[in-house]
Amino acid sequence: MSALVQPTSNQTAGVPDPWITGAEMLVEALRSEGVEVIFGYPGGAVLPLYDALYECGIPHVLTRHEQGAIHAAEGYARVSGKTGVVIATSGPGATNLVTGLADAMLDSLPIVAITGQVPTSVIGSDAFQETSIISISTPITKHNYQVRTAQELPGILKEAFHIASTGRPGPVLIDIPKDVANASGIFDYQEPVQVPGYQPTIKPNQMQLRKVVSAIRAAKKPVILAGAGVLHAKAHESLRQFAEQTQIPVVHTLLGLGGFPADHSLYLGMGGMHGSLVANMALYETDLLINIGARFDDRLTGNLQYFAKNAVVVHIDIDPAEIGKNVRTHIPVVGDAGESLKSMLDMELTPVQADEWMAYLLQLRDEYPFWYQQDGTLKPQRVMEIVHQQTQGEAVVVTDVGQHQMWAAQFYPFNGPHRWVTSGGLGTMGFGLPAAIGAQLGAPDRTVVAIVGDAGFQMTLQELSVLAESQLPVKVIIFNNHSLGMVRQWQELFYEGRYSETLLSNQPDFVKLADAYHIPGFRVEGEEDFARALQAGLATDGPVLIECRINPEENVFPMVAPGKGIHEMVGVKP
Amino acid sequence: MNRIVSVIVNNKPGVLNRVTAMFMRRGFNIQSITVGATEAEGQSRMTIVVADMDEPDIEQMMKQLHKQIDVLKVTEVTEQPMVARELALIRVHSPVPTRGVLSTLIDPFRATIIDVGVETVTIQSVGKPEKVDALIALLRPYGIKELARTGVTALSRDSDTVGEVARLQANTLSL
Repeated sequence: MSALVQPTSNQTAGVPDPWITGAEMLVEALRSEGVEVIFGYPGGAVLPLYDALYECGIPHVLTRHEQGAIHAAEGYARVSGKTGVVIATSGPGATNLVTGLADAMLDSLPIVAITGQVPTSVIGSDAFQETSIISISTPITKHNYQVRTAQELPGILKEAFHIASTGRPGPVLIDIPKDVANASGIFDYQEPVQVPGYQPTIKPNQMQLRKVVSAIRAAKKPVILAGAGVLHAKAHESLRQFAEQTQIPVVHTLLGLGGFPADHSLYLGMGGMHGSLVANMALYETDLLINIGARFDDRLTGNLQYFAKNAVVVHIDIDPAEIGKNVRTHIPVVGDAGESLKSMLDMELTPVQADEWMAYLLQLRDEYPFWYQQDGTLKPQRVMEIVHQQTQGEAVVVTDVGQHQMWAAQFYPFNGPHRWVTSGGLGTMGFGLPAAIGAQLGAPDRTVVAIVGDAGFQMTLQELSVLAESQLPVKVIIFNNHSLGMVRQWQELFYEGRYSETLLSNQPDFVKLADAYHIPGFRVEGEEDFARALQAGLATDGPVLIECRINPEENVFPMVAPGKGIHEMVGVKP
Repeated sequence: MNRIVSVIVNNKPGVLNRVTAMFMRRGFNIQSITVGATEAEGQSRMTIVVADMDEPDIEQMMKQLHKQIDVLKVTEVTEQPMVARELALIRVHSPVPTRGVLSTLIDPFRATIIDVGVETVTIQSVGKPEKVDALIALLRPYGIKELARTGVTALSRDSDTVGEVARLQANTLSL
């Protein structure tokens, strides 16, 4: 309980009451942080918070499940670069945030999650809707707090926003017991944040960067691997200049897409399990790998034994723990991607002497583009091409997880940043629809397209309510292959076609489902039908759902099979 | 050889859980851990002993420790000049006739008998873990009834910190 005791009456005429409740402090703090939207779901333990939010002026989006709220906050954070805020009640409300916290942790998204908690007097007694969300969320948050007195709430809130949004961004959870929300204290949000144990290194060591520059001079086969760190640092422009001045080609990770223009002559495409052959061969054969803001995820590297095995490895990362974690690093640089690139642009950069290397790569790029075969069925890859064409490549594309995610990454090239929202690290099915809601709120003037599979869509489809209610103009495109496509593909390739529990024989009628939520729905089975439906959908002000019937046997290629090196791609040509 | 890592943390509820949760998540195995007060208000020292591991692994472990917001400082002291001590309480079966022998036996270890019962005596031993190991091995034939070890606590060696070592040992809590 607060050490401060609220005086019986401290209000004199004309003097504002400095004593406010914990719940009111939360609202004041959200205002001070410039929070534009809150995603959440009320419940018993957060009644005081929701009472303070009532008519407070900050828009609140009521998702239909707490998981939807946190994925929406993630989508919002990804496109806006701002911290996403989510509120859930104690117990089940809090546990429903768990998947989203883990997702935001792995994909480094700034989230402040507020959970209600049972009153301090009964914490530990297995009270109604009590759960130890602090214990549960410790390994999946950047930091978390349980507030014990109202007086410490302003400091904790300020610290939480600071930690979530700086350094390597991530989710921070604040657990507020109900009595703390009701107790009073003095709201002071002026105190600067001081966290002695948290001093992220932003400015890189210049000596290390000079080593990078001299390694570039010696390189014959250099390549840049650009990850989402470039996007978090808003360093896309510096990346382009750096690549152009050094003439080093660029490979993107899945999450980095958009950091470097896809139509650039130095762009080799996405690397990794379903990346392009040229990107993977570049990573395999390179003699100088410059990783900027990527964490060498196993889906990117394949078997580490073969990854960049002859390369001098440079790793620029704001999180020192990522450096050397998976791949042996010769020149570590701890710092912000943008600061590092800018520092190097100030040094003497000269184009690399790598004509042979570039000629080799460009030949591979021309010879092995992403491909698909027209067979009279509606091809998901073709659908993505049409989406790209009709949105002039300017849409914000949000995906769920699975085959459609890979087709979107392969066939919707991005020429600019912050247009690509996907669950990369955790691979969360059900992410797409709610994340698209958040993305649309984070980028209200942009066209947002949600690409989802039939299985993942059904994990969070209740959020169609939010689309209809708020008339958010998200265009939901379902690739319906009546299966858990990616798992089915693995069963076909690695488990002798034993389709254990991956074929969904009983699907709902997705068009009727859309209708039930008062959303216009279309079902298409051919390319021209789809083009027409999308055209109509894009011309519609509100949300639209388009179900694309695709061939269940369609697979994602090319592919690095699990355990293989990235140079061992299969399905590189028809 | 075991590795000893000295970690200064905020003395707040849940910090031990954060640290051990990180060890569990990253698959690092703790041999022993001690936590106690330091000279600074609001700070605790954790002395964590882990089995020997490759250089990249120990580096990763230390980086992950450092990444914790409540961790202020991480130092590996294994290779540094340092003092590392452990306290053990050993209850040994000891009918009256054997007690003289026991006394003589523990004397070179500067261990002391701190409790005497009808059938047993309790011996306190403070020292390097190897010394404690040796004493336990010598006492085993007599029949060890109960044994409690605190785990190692350690400080880097510096002539100025000699006094602090004694104080820290006195404050060390067993977990």
